[in-house]
Amino acid sequence: MELDFESLKAQNNQVDDFTHPDFYEIDNLLTEEHKLIRYSVRSWVKKEISPIIDACCQEATFPQHIVPQLGDIGCFGPQIPSEYGGGGLDYISYGLAMQELERGDSGIRSTASVQGSLVMYPIFKFGSEEQKQKYLPKLASGEFLGSFGLTEPNHGSDPGSMESNFKDDGDHVILNGAKMWISNSPFCDIAVVWAKNEAGIVHGLIVERGMEGFTTPTTHKKWSLRASATGELVFDNVRVPKENILPNVKGLKGPLTCLNSARYGICWGAIGAAMDCYHTAVKYAKERTQFGKPIGGFQLQQKKLSEMLTEITKAQLLAWRVGTLMNDGKATPAQISMAKRNNVEIALHVARESRQILGGMGISGDYPIMRHMANLESVITYEGTHDIHLLILGMEITGENAFV
Amino acid sequence: MNILVCLSAVPDTTTKITFTDNDTKFNTDGVQFIINPYDELALTKALEITEAKGGEVTVISVGEASIDPVIRKALAIGAHKAIRIDTAAKDGMHVAQSIKQAIEGQSFDLILTGRESIDYNGGQVAGLLSELMDMSLVNVVTSIEVEGDSVTAIRDIDGGRETVSASLPCVLSAQKELCEPRIPNMRGIMQARTKPLEVIAPAGDYTKTDYVGYELPPAKEGVKLIDAANAEELIDLLRSEKKLI
Ligand SMILES: Cc1cc2nc3c(=O)[nH]c(=O)nc-3n(C[C@H](O)[C@H](O)[C@H](O)COP(=O)(O)OP(=O)(O)OC[C@H]3O[C@@H](n4cnc5c(N)ncnc54)[C@H](O)[C@@H]3O)c2cc1C
Ligand SMILES: Cc1cc2nc3c(=O)[nH]c(=O)nc-3n(C[C@H](O)[C@H](O)[C@H](O)COP(=O)(O)OP(=O)(O)OC[C@H]3O[C@@H](n4cnc5c(N)ncnc54)[C@H](O)[C@@H]3O)c2cc1C
Repeated sequence: MELDFESLKAQNNQVDDFTHPDFYEIDNLLTEEHKLIRYSVRSWVKKEISPIIDACCQEATFPQHIVPQLGDIGCFGPQIPSEYGGGGLDYISYGLAMQELERGDSGIRSTASVQGSLVMYPIFKFGSEEQKQKYLPKLASGEFLGSFGLTEPNHGSDPGSMESNFKDDGDHVILNGAKMWISNSPFCDIAVVWAKNEAGIVHGLIVERGMEGFTTPTTHKKWSLRASATGELVFDNVRVPKENILPNVKGLKGPLTCLNSARYGICWGAIGAAMDCYHTAVKYAKERTQFGKPIGGFQLQQKKLSEMLTEITKAQLLAWRVGTLMNDGKATPAQISMAKRNNVEIALHVARESRQILGGMGISGDYPIMRHMANLESVITYEGTHDIHLLILGMEITGENAFV
Repeated sequence: MNILVCLSAVPDTTTKITFTDNDTKFNTDGVQFIINPYDELALTKALEITEAKGGEVTVISVGEASIDPVIRKALAIGAHKAIRIDTAAKDGMHVAQSIKQAIEGQSFDLILTGRESIDYNGGQVAGLLSELMDMSLVNVVTSIEVEGDSVTAIRDIDGGRETVSASLPCVLSAQKELCEPRIPNMRGIMQARTKPLEVIAPAGDYTKTDYVGYELPPAKEGVKLIDAANAEELIDLLRSEKKLI
């Protein structure tokens, strides 16, 4: 459905009074610059996202007009060096930006995560100088939207068994296969696609919209991430120039490296969703009266609120610490797995508890909670399911592979 | 077209106000300072003008090092350089005199301020500064158009609006509606790191006032609802309890 974003913004321009909880003075661990970045992204979300997001989700509409805006505020690749159009900022800045975006909506954060961590990052890390010059500035500014194709209809948690493949054809390769559950796919200008060569080795290819045989059908009927566009990437004998192959990586290490960067962003993003639910629940608990007093005055509700704040605070400390390890180049995949897994889990828990505090109102689109809760069901599954992160950690602890 | 924007750092509007030193000092502990919202409009307008006509925007602020983050934010929004006069801004005269001394020898086509600071609400700096600089002042403006060496501004007056033109250089103070404030972006925040923020010593102490004491407004009382059918009870209460009639 066509939404009139300007009139939604005019109608709902005062609705968002979000402030973040900071029970352990974690702000003192941030620099003034970090706080300014958080302020900027939060201000943008309040102005551009909060007034329209419920309508976008109700109507399952991706607000495509925000893509250049996300580029303009710098949410596409803040951690990519500025010579390629990125922000050149540290990982705490990147995390805070993701927190604020997801505070608005996980779908908006997903759009930015995919662009920054799954499209720009592999091109930056594994691309040739020409590829970097050609794509990165346009992706950073939002002139181009990118998608990342790893998951296939028959291969999700086990991408190593992927079927997508390409064959040599002179100065081109011929790409065949299909990717499923791909964020941004219906609107993407380029896709970073992982497929096997004739020797069965995984490589990354940059596929451009318009290449013959390349289509991006939309996935409908989602009950989650409804403001983010999800779809397939279908390759039917697509001729991709060899210069579009990422030269500097082969094997599953390529996509997995990207996932680390995106998972790190999610461990912050989830906190944003949790904070928004908590903020909403605290306010409601103070205002709503039953049996002659505010429901926040009942022990059962106080237990929920106390536990939520505890979990949010713990999640903040995990995210901050992983961020400083990322800055030092020391964060391991297992450390990132722990933070992604924990923080998404607590966010989902906070969403469910907040929803109950709001009683019947908790299911209404007048409040953000049900939307966050439904969104987080995707977040707990993509970028490594909740189970897969246990296997990653389990292998780290025991040295035993329990994947197969 | 070179523009000077006077920037005041004020407590965030959600700050809980407390005092120290026997209620003679505002307690700044834990207070988040922001750019005075009217000054943010002045800054944005200055950027719009220089983007259209060329030139530079300099921000100037009177205050101690604790306000540097606020000045950096102005640089992140787009100001080209900043000057901080390293002295607590104790009153409007001290601020205006300090600014005048600091910009001695520099020439600005426009000096923009906010209509008032939202903390002490003096509304004095623009007037004092224009007098000290011997420039004309157009106060509380909602629109600014620069054409050649004159400026046309629209200002709010009681029950209407007035259009005024003045020759450059002059002082203008910004009112709501002047423009839409800009949100700094990450590139701007990065660039702000390397933009010059010059800290200069104050030329003197021009303070003319002393703070004797502060008190908070009396706490709001609860609301008493009276049924519409009971107008008499209301009149009774206004007479006997509130002694208003
Ligand atoms: C909204 C949305 C957006 C997405 N965006 C993208 C994208 O942009 N790009 C992309 O490539 N992918 C994307 N995905 C796909 C996502 O990463 C996969 O859904 C995810 O990796 C899980 O794969 P699957 O759905 O095939 O589930 P499966 O792998 O089939 O898993 C099903 C269940 O089995 C469990 N399981 C699997 N293996 C094991 C095991 N060894 N031991 C124990 N349990 C196991 C899983 O934990 C899960 O509970 C997106 C998904 C969603 C929902
Ligand atoms: C550390 C500190 C302690 C202070 N203590 C006190 C105190 O105890 N009591 C008290 O009354 N005030 C105090 N002040 C505030 C000081 O009084 C004001 O900054 C000054 O009086 C000007 O405020 P105003 O309300 O008169 O400004 P206005 O005249 O209302 O401001 C109009 C415009 O002038 C410009 N302007 C105002 N202030 C500055 C500035 N500092 N630098 C540059 N431009 C400016 C801005 O453009 C502003 O929009 C303190 C300030 C600081 C930083």
